[in-house]
Amino acid sequence: MKTKRILGFLALTLIFGASFAMGISAAKDHIVDDGYQVGDVATDFSLKNVDGKMVSLADFKNAKGFVVVFTCNTCPYAQAYEDRMMALDAKYKSKGVPVVAINPSSKTGDAYEDMKTRAKEKGFTYPYLYDEGQKVYPTFGATRTPHVFLLQKTAKGNVVRYIGAIDDNYQDASKVDDKFVEAAVDAMLAGKEIAMKTTKAIGCGIK
Amino acid sequence: MNRLLILFLMVSLVIGCGDGKKGKDVPDDQVVAVESVINEKVAFPIYDFEGLEPLLHKDDGQTYIINFWATWCTPCLEELPYFERVRAEQKNNGVKVILVSLDMPHMWKSRLEPYVKNKGIQSEVVILDDPKQNDWIPKVNEEWGGGIPATLIYNKYKRGFFEQGFTYEELNSTVQTFIK
Repeated sequence: MKTKRILGFLALTLIFGASFAMGISAAKDHIVDDGYQVGDVATDFSLKNVDGKMVSLADFKNAKGFVVVFTCNTCPYAQAYEDRMMALDAKYKSKGVPVVAINPSSKTGDAYEDMKTRAKEKGFTYPYLYDEGQKVYPTFGATRTPHVFLLQKTAKGNVVRYIGAIDDNYQDASKVDDKFVEAAVDAMLAGKEIAMKTTKAIGCGIK
Repeated sequence: MNRLLILFLMVSLVIGCGDGKKGKDVPDDQVVAVESVINEKVAFPIYDFEGLEPLLHKDDGQTYIINFWATWCTPCLEELPYFERVRAEQKNNGVKVILVSLDMPHMWKSRLEPYVKNKGIQSEVVILDDPKQNDWIPKVNEEWGGGIPATLIYNKYKRGFFEQGFTYEELNSTVQTFIK
């Protein structure tokens, strides 16, 4: 009787252990990006801006959050959104949520000097930071340009609130139905639940 | 001399036609028709996602390699020769390659067509023109964030999605796991 019980217990332990291990491996297979998920706290960085100065999120004393956009010079999708990024910055900087652009690309045409030229040409109103050595974008889990991470400054740090696209029509700003980032920032500032926390868009794979 | 004359005649014909079109007043309700005629001149089929979707779910015993790319995407262009090579090597094993171009409309004539022609690309090329990306990207694959290059490989028995660039060896060995 006793041995039976012990055997049963062992069998149960084995089954439980095996399914637990399987669960873990299945979960591992499921994770594509090791980067941030909504709800994670983003680690601050210190990156060189096109004006030569180092920029960290901590420098923005009065910010309530940040629209961090991984973008670059050469990607046509990123280019298609430059004016809309400036519009976002114009709308939300005064409300405490500035745009912070980071270039993670090592492609030809995306070097620091090229960034300076592009920023000048377009008259970027936001910092355009160089992810030298490509250290920051993997931490975030950015996979493409443009790729937005909306952060909210809280007591425990800068919490990721939204990950994805700027809006739902790269081709034509006048045909946009859903302004994803604006909706997310508005909800965040109003202390409401963000309806769409992640969205997807075609972009240039980061290399 | 004769050749020159023919060339001159052809050029004046073309110019003449162009003038004719411009000169005429096109009624508003015909504008759409004219636009679709312009689109028809692009050498490849142009789909929205609904039009493309059947190509992602064929059930005819072949293995399909569906590569999402664009002429402006450097890593995409780097791996294109590998898709061409695998297509040539594996066509007797029922492997078909479809290159889905995500080039923007203004690039179709100016970049996409010349690129495909100059490189002598043999794989089937189609254009996906559907700006509502947040709707259709998850329908290609739930895990896809939207970066390209990205490749879907599938047949009756197996599906795989790869948001990455391939080397020839990687692509070939991946395809092998589908045809065995």
